[in-house]
Amino acid sequence: MSQLIVNRRSLIGSIAALPFLSGCDALNANPEFRKILSMGETMHQHSQRALMNRDTLAPEFTRADLSPTFRANGSRMGDGPNYAAHVATGFRDWRVRVSGLVNKPLALSMADIRALPQRTQITRHDCVEGWSAIGEWQGARLAPILAAAQLKDSAKFLVFRCADKIGGVPYYESIDLIDALHPQTILAWQLNRQALPVANGAPLRLRIERQLGYKQAKFIESIDAVASLDGIGAGKGGYWEDRIDYEWYAGI
Amino acid sequence: MTTAPADLGQSVTAPPVAGDAASAMPPPRVYRHRWATRIWHWTNAVTLLVMIMSGLMIFNAYPRLHWGAYGAINDPAWMEIRSTATDGYLRVGSVEVKTTGVLGHWQNEAGETKRWAFPSWATIPSGYSLADGRRWHLFFAWVLAISMTLYMLWSLFSGHIRRDLHVTRGEWSPSHLWHDIKEHARLRFPTGEAAARYNVLQKLAYISVIFVLLPLMILTGLAMSPGFNAAAPWILDLLGGRQSARSLHFLAMLGLIAFFVVHMVMVLLAGPINEVRSMLTGWFTLPQAKPAKGDGA
Repeated sequence: MSQLIVNRRSLIGSIAALPFLSGCDALNANPEFRKILSMGETMHQHSQRALMNRDTLAPEFTRADLSPTFRANGSRMGDGPNYAAHVATGFRDWRVRVSGLVNKPLALSMADIRALPQRTQITRHDCVEGWSAIGEWQGARLAPILAAAQLKDSAKFLVFRCADKIGGVPYYESIDLIDALHPQTILAWQLNRQALPVANGAPLRLRIERQLGYKQAKFIESIDAVASLDGIGAGKGGYWEDRIDYEWYAGI
Repeated sequence: MTTAPADLGQSVTAPPVAGDAASAMPPPRVYRHRWATRIWHWTNAVTLLVMIMSGLMIFNAYPRLHWGAYGAINDPAWMEIRSTATDGYLRVGSVEVKTTGVLGHWQNEAGETKRWAFPSWATIPSGYSLADGRRWHLFFAWVLAISMTLYMLWSLFSGHIRRDLHVTRGEWSPSHLWHDIKEHARLRFPTGEAAARYNVLQKLAYISVIFVLLPLMILTGLAMSPGFNAAAPWILDLLGGRQSARSLHFLAMLGLIAFFVVHMVMVLLAGPINEVRSMLTGWFTLPQAKPAKGDGA
């Protein structure tokens, strides 16, 4: 009986909203309309960048503010026996390659990463889904690494390639040089003063603190400096950007 | 139409009449809503509908609300929409109600059972897509913010706030407020010249939407942006953290829906054709007092 009432209620809702909703669904599927919607992202990016300096810091917190548990999301494991072997040996032989539009390509071991200039920061991680977790990160600052690799002038973006796969396809992400050279941008190998757990992207994940969680590439294997994102994946700059049209600029 | 901008209650085309002559003369009309109000009203109607429906889509990606800076699946939530294999539930604090069929567990147009929080008829797009919901929401946020800013500036400089929305000392008096509340509760609305101007309850409703709910919506929305947090961290301090901002954003949305429901009821009671026409053309026909039926009104 209650089922009957409920069905009728949702039926009334359906009838009232249907013409508007089917119109919105049609617009949602229209490539030209989607281009207009996507102008929102560009406007957010430019207005946010105009409102702050390159080096404006994301808010930092104290240890009293830490989330009791730092939630892991997305891939919780790197892909294949190769990654499992690295886990077994404590990432002793892991190398992060820095290549592409650089004068001095690098291959950094975890010992190299730990010996580079470090930064520790307690920041809030915001998932695109809506939840937030506060964690303490330590890692090597990206700017000195890029200085050591000597970026060419033609380099405009960094592409992070990851050892995890979703649906059989390797994860990747990209950022521009404004975020790459930001003081809080680090390759983190510690979370809450412990070695970065596998579920959170061991041995190394990106932290760019002014953007959402899906930009924080995990299981980083290589960093490529490129002039353009065209021709990489579907050309939209990241795994989710290519597949479901998440914003490339995820400061919103 | 008049060439000079008219105020509420001005430009009466026919003098108000009373008594027996009223039935013989056409009812007086007033130029009630100026162009800016009409354009903003309809822009806002579409924008808020899109914002609410795409916002519910975004909520579906994580149907829990927290207070404070952080909040994720393992942290306590003050509000949650969840489902089991057979039922949907809404929990607010420690009170949980079964919402099967509407929230958390419902059937879509094709009769398939879905377990997202809000059903497909309430979201944009109707199928689950956080990415697309965000595209709509983050584009129309610009429409909302820009039209809101322009309308506020126009309202300020055109005198709309001072002349039409400003609550006078007399209107603030408890006896006046109580009288208006009683009249509304009895569904007796102002007629004749009195209907040409907003009454105090109308003013308070419009003021709370324009100057409280919509700015709160924009502020709490900005507070959820990690980029904007870097640019203006004080907003987080003001609101008590990002998850508090998300909760307040949701509550302000409920406030707007409550306004919308009351607004619709009042339009229907006050004469929907006259009301909608006045918001399209600007011209409002003053409702005439009904013949007295012994109530002495």
